[in-house]
Amino acid sequence: MTERCAVIGIGQTHHKAKREDVSIAGLVREAARAALDDADMDWGDIDAVVVGKAPDMFEGIMMPELYLASALGAAGKPMFRVHTAGSVGGSTAIVAAHLVQSGIHKKVLTVAFEKQSDSDAMWALSVPRPFSAPLLAGAGGYFAPIIRAYMRRSGAPDDVGMKVAVKDRLHALKNPYAHLHLPDISLKMVEESIMLWDPLHYLESCPSSDGAAAMVLASEDVADATARATGRPPAWVHGTAMRSEPTMFAGRNQVNPQAGRDCAKDVFNQAGITNPRKELDCAEVYVPFSWYEPMWLENLGFCDEGDGWKLTDSGATSLDGGDIPWNCSGGVLSSNPIGASGMLRFLEAALQVRNMAGEHQVEGAHRALGHAYGGGSQFFSMWVVGSERR
Amino acid sequence: MSAPKPVVGTRPVAVAAFAQSPSLRRVDQANEVEMLMPVISEVFAKAKMTKDDIDFICSGSTDYLIGGPFSFVMALDAIGVWPPKAESHVEMDAAWALYEAWVQLQEGHIDTALVYGFGKSSLGDLSRVLAMQLDPYTMGPLWPDQISLAALQARALLDRGLSSEVEFAEIAARSRKDALKNPNAQVRNEIPVAELLEEDYLVEPLRRHTVPPISDAAAAIILVAGDRAYDVVDRPAWITGIDHRIETHAFGARDLATSPSTAKAAEVAGVGRGPVDVAELLAPFAPQEVIVRQAIGLGEETTINPSGGPLAANPLMAGGLIRIGEAAARIWDGSSTRAVAHASQGPLLQQNLVCVLEGES
Repeated sequence: MTERCAVIGIGQTHHKAKREDVSIAGLVREAARAALDDADMDWGDIDAVVVGKAPDMFEGIMMPELYLASALGAAGKPMFRVHTAGSVGGSTAIVAAHLVQSGIHKKVLTVAFEKQSDSDAMWALSVPRPFSAPLLAGAGGYFAPIIRAYMRRSGAPDDVGMKVAVKDRLHALKNPYAHLHLPDISLKMVEESIMLWDPLHYLESCPSSDGAAAMVLASEDVADATARATGRPPAWVHGTAMRSEPTMFAGRNQVNPQAGRDCAKDVFNQAGITNPRKELDCAEVYVPFSWYEPMWLENLGFCDEGDGWKLTDSGATSLDGGDIPWNCSGGVLSSNPIGASGMLRFLEAALQVRNMAGEHQVEGAHRALGHAYGGGSQFFSMWVVGSERR
Repeated sequence: MSAPKPVVGTRPVAVAAFAQSPSLRRVDQANEVEMLMPVISEVFAKAKMTKDDIDFICSGSTDYLIGGPFSFVMALDAIGVWPPKAESHVEMDAAWALYEAWVQLQEGHIDTALVYGFGKSSLGDLSRVLAMQLDPYTMGPLWPDQISLAALQARALLDRGLSSEVEFAEIAARSRKDALKNPNAQVRNEIPVAELLEEDYLVEPLRRHTVPPISDAAAAIILVAGDRAYDVVDRPAWITGIDHRIETHAFGARDLATSPSTAKAAEVAGVGRGPVDVAELLAPFAPQEVIVRQAIGLGEETTINPSGGPLAANPLMAGGLIRIGEAAARIWDGSSTRAVAHASQGPLLQQNLVCVLEGES
């Protein structure tokens, strides 16, 4: 038996390279407090807390949620910690949603964060291990050859990635929480930025951010009562899905992973969506490196294989006149507190269908996709949210 | 036959199969994947299943034991999730991974789940590693070791007259003796209490026998919802109640001689609704068993840790799941009708999970 679940509270921090004004506890409280305020609740109203973040070595604290129990008002309550690599922000929201959908809890606070400035992510990703190839180049070095493979297979022109980089930074100018605000962003500026991992220029890569995201998820009765009291509509969860596949094996399609396709199929089935480009109003998709927009357009079934770059190239994914705007918030390319980045996608999708996205609102958005991926593009988490209950 | 009605949740879910590797002081001939693979094979064989029969996978582990990021990623190779699977991971003891799977099974979309956990504590200096779990601003920089912290808790217990050093030794002696019947246990011997009490203090009032061993091991459980459980096991161990709670990280704000989070979890899980004949408790230091027993409300009628418990084998991240597996095994073999499994993680019993398992009488 599945209960309905809705997002009734949303909060996030101002994402920056270094949030030296707050401790980790201060950072997560900033997002959580905003989500509680939105839900018209206080710490005591919450039944359970679900925390997510990427590897603990990013801050240098083992299982930091233990130390955050009081800061998040969890003492005396169930507290849960999810870690599924880069997809974790999305997975965390899904674990929290299941606590409501299963009928176990009615009001769940879910929080994801990363305070990258407390440690060094590049170091944390590069610790040598016996019998394992070191990943000395960081995530960009891992994904660049896969992007090359995509360009070769699809015959995409070289500048499509740069167009994504410009478009998402233009979107970020409309989002006050975004880390990067680059008012002068242009194709020329991207092209002239240093080549980090060919074909990825510096400005085609995500930043390193400190930040946190939080949501209050609630059962139908609580969501209805809260909406009546606050006048702010909930975002109803229409479907959630997670899929994983192994990092490497002969014949693995790393450009268009099966786990991503299966995950999309599952979540769209649950939401009753057969044509995502037509039936969704917008999407927040995990694009940490520019070329992942056309790649995920294909992987998620927004177009046929090989056509993703054409959608991007035509402006279809732009908030400025596109029919299926992607990453209206500026996306991961504009803010990347890693553990929170997936939850920010889920949260921004919910903001859109609640009509609360402010300047980056897609007019009349009713259904939106939130998406996250992690590891060697092998872990996927997705949800579809809508303004109407399903 | 029918499953007992659950106190928490609505859908009967059973622990249907369990496998574990022997707990060893140091597994140096196998990495985490190699340590897991035989365990995964064994649990599938016991369940008469393959990975294709599994609807959801969830694991528990921590990066800080291996000293590198993403320890769970390669571990997934022990299963080989191809075609892709619905899968999740908690940076917690795998007992909480079981909880996540149990929640999803409640919804009725899926019927089976594989849960596993693994920990190789031998890879680093465990006392220094665990110090990194503490408040990073006020406590961690002091690098207190876990035995000294546990000694504070033991002292709190003694000062309140709630236990004695003799009782600590009795708990250790009983655990080690029971472990003689458990081939997977690590510390297995029969030493009189009087002899144990002759040991020097490690950190007063803790002697070596009150301190858990450092262990490497892996474990796996298969959960099955509804009547399909009878296809796997004649007398399923039904989860009739499960809950978990956390306390503040600030030791000074806690009464270390009690465990209100355990008591609350036990209450929600419905422990008090019937007699408990067997309990498997993850109270790693001997004094902590006194605290957990009291918090759950266990009396003389309950056999504690027939497996030998954590004083005989203490693999981090798998230990809680092993407690659930051992309790379920007592239901399967008919020696228990209503068992309690307890898991704990975090310094000084900060976070606790209580699970009630019942067999049909």
